[in-house]
Amino acid sequence: MKAILEGSHAVAEAVRLVKPEVISAYPITPQTHIVERLAEMVADGALESEYICVDSEFSALSACLGASAAGSRVYSATSSQGLLFMAEVVFNVAGMRQPIVMSIANRAISAPLSIWNDQQDSLCLRDSGWIQLYAEDVQEAFDLHLLAYKVAEDHRILLPVFVCFDGFIISHTYEPVDIPEEKDVLAYLPPYVPFNKLDADDPLSMGMYATPEYYMEFRYEIDQAMGRALDVIKQAGKEFKEKFGRDYSELVEAYRLDDAEVAIVAMGSVCGTIKDAIDAMRAEGRKVGLLKIRVFRPFPAEDIKKALAGIKKVGVFEKNVSIGSRMKGAVGYEIKDALSDSSVQVLSYVAGLGGRDIRIEDIKKMTDAIEAGKGDCFFGLREELI
Amino acid sequence: MVLRIGCAAAPGQARENKTGSWRVFRPVFDHDKCTSCGMCQLVCPEGCILTGDKQFNPDYDFCKGCGLCAQECPAKAITMETEEK
Amino acid sequence: MADRTLELVDSGHRACGGCGPAFAARLILKGAGERSIVCASTGCMEVFSTPYPQTAWKVPWIHSLFQNAAAVASGVEAALKRQGRDEHVLCICGDGATFDIGVLCISGAFERGHNITYICYDNEAYMNTGIQRSGATPFDASTTTSPAGKKSFGNSRPKKDMPQILAAHGAPYVATCSIAYPNDVIKKVERAVNTDGPCYIQIHTPCCTGWGFDGSKTIDIGKLAIETGLWVNYEIVNGKIEKAKKVKRKPVEEYLRVQKRFAHLFKPSVNTEEIAKIQAIADANAEKFGIDLKI
Repeated sequence: MKAILEGSHAVAEAVRLVKPEVISAYPITPQTHIVERLAEMVADGALESEYICVDSEFSALSACLGASAAGSRVYSATSSQGLLFMAEVVFNVAGMRQPIVMSIANRAISAPLSIWNDQQDSLCLRDSGWIQLYAEDVQEAFDLHLLAYKVAEDHRILLPVFVCFDGFIISHTYEPVDIPEEKDVLAYLPPYVPFNKLDADDPLSMGMYATPEYYMEFRYEIDQAMGRALDVIKQAGKEFKEKFGRDYSELVEAYRLDDAEVAIVAMGSVCGTIKDAIDAMRAEGRKVGLLKIRVFRPFPAEDIKKALAGIKKVGVFEKNVSIGSRMKGAVGYEIKDALSDSSVQVLSYVAGLGGRDIRIEDIKKMTDAIEAGKGDCFFGLREELI
Repeated sequence: MVLRIGCAAAPGQARENKTGSWRVFRPVFDHDKCTSCGMCQLVCPEGCILTGDKQFNPDYDFCKGCGLCAQECPAKAITMETEEK
Repeated sequence: MADRTLELVDSGHRACGGCGPAFAARLILKGAGERSIVCASTGCMEVFSTPYPQTAWKVPWIHSLFQNAAAVASGVEAALKRQGRDEHVLCICGDGATFDIGVLCISGAFERGHNITYICYDNEAYMNTGIQRSGATPFDASTTTSPAGKKSFGNSRPKKDMPQILAAHGAPYVATCSIAYPNDVIKKVERAVNTDGPCYIQIHTPCCTGWGFDGSKTIDIGKLAIETGLWVNYEIVNGKIEKAKKVKRKPVEEYLRVQKRFAHLFKPSVNTEEIAKIQAIADANAEKFGIDLKI
């Protein structure tokens, strides 16, 4: 069934289809339309979930943890300040190996306070052990939620997942969405079977403390699961294509990279703008392409190396900044490392922070800078202010 | 031994830790004075006072020698003696 | 009726000899029974009972973080409701987690009215990390972050009234009790787990290591706290205070004198001024709860 839906409402629809037993989320701009739509669905009986109006994001993810440990599929959503407030729980959930799926409507982080989009929030938790998926448009934001649960709940993985999509740009934009039938979603995503479960018929202690004799191996196991996720995501993506027609079997997506001399690497909604800019530049005879990263954690180093083979100059579009670092952006370091066998130039461009709009013109200028070898900097600053 | 992910464990394994080795004093039970009120068993923080053969006796594998049983016994049937090693 | 012979906390745990909380843990589960799920906070009880893999708990048990046991329990309760299961959901947390860092999560859980029982074992300081002051630390008690010294008599604030705070959230049943009267603990926990809605139990659990007395005296100290009026056993049923335990009151000095955490009130000589302030707290409790036996 096709419908024109606001990004948030498309996400809510995906959540409705996966049938979580417990929803526990705290409202924060720009995720609010998701939790409001879900509350409506519960109130009307369209979704049978326990909907907990928690007191804070800290409690939101904690309640999800409890419900998941007790054997229920759960859902939460947050952004920015909320994600940082629950950061302690974020690490805890990954360590407890609970397959929680959480939407992140990417938003900039205070201070200064900003409700507008960038990817600092999810990226600054890249060490936490959560799988990170980035959507380019509303359809992807919808689809990736179904994929996320399938991967998370796989007993080879048992890791939580952030499904990230740019706040306002995706969450508040109306686009056509193809919505699968409930029975097809059930065939793709069977009911949740927990691994560790709180059950008086089979008692277990969960979340014990680990002395130095044990701690490292527990952390190693999480990293191993992340490593296995590279293939499990591809398999789940391939099955998604077979069932629903859209192909998520690759962790990265190449756009006009075949004969490119310059490549732009990016994540999220800006990829749409970059694709348009590339079409314009190609028409002018410039050999430029895009590598879109859909999965940031686990980091698909091999796939990136293969996709960018032969490219001479790479520029990484960063909607984040690692203050005080030399390259400035968090993604660039990992791209550069993936390509460290070759002598390709990799430069980071911090742009679009706090919701600053990115135009086709800006991508063209960025391509100029990549070609000129001038990067590892903030891009598009208003000079008159500094 | 392979870890159980989520730092989880099934019940029963605490008993591998024999806390009786901590003892400096040990409780000695005089069963002639004992009225079987069960107070010792109730108050022991280790839960290691057992009723076997209809008599209350501490499990010396776990008894830490804290002396609460001796302090609380209404019949004064328990005395604390220095542990001989 | 609760089975008082049930042992659901195994020996082999690492609590100090004579530990009040360890004693309380056994009593709590005798009151709650086998079909209980325990949500624990970081603290003495969690640490002495669950170093991987040697868990002392024979019921399902989960520990997440220091402050969020009530939020975790909210989620467990919601899941059980959805799944149609009957286990009791308990929080067992220290005073640090309850009075201070966990207030947000507890307030939310109680405001939402989840069917959980929150049990606070109150040893009156952050004991697990080395005896630091909490919102439950009594007036003039010396802790490592509120030490008695040349310019201080110890903790300068009265004990936060958590039972009243949670009763104000609409909790149907709130009770205080003490390991000094173990059957009372079992009875109150049993009542709480069988009462619908969020219930709160605060158990006085004297700490020999933190308060400075011999482990064999844990119950004696607990009794003195009640007999001096510095701790009152009572219930709040639907907002009304009931059944406060009556005592033939002893002067507070008898309680203070036998604990190292109050030793500074007796050196170099008896500090009558400070002790009078503590006596005033006891007198106020006596008045408020009506604990004085009329002879």
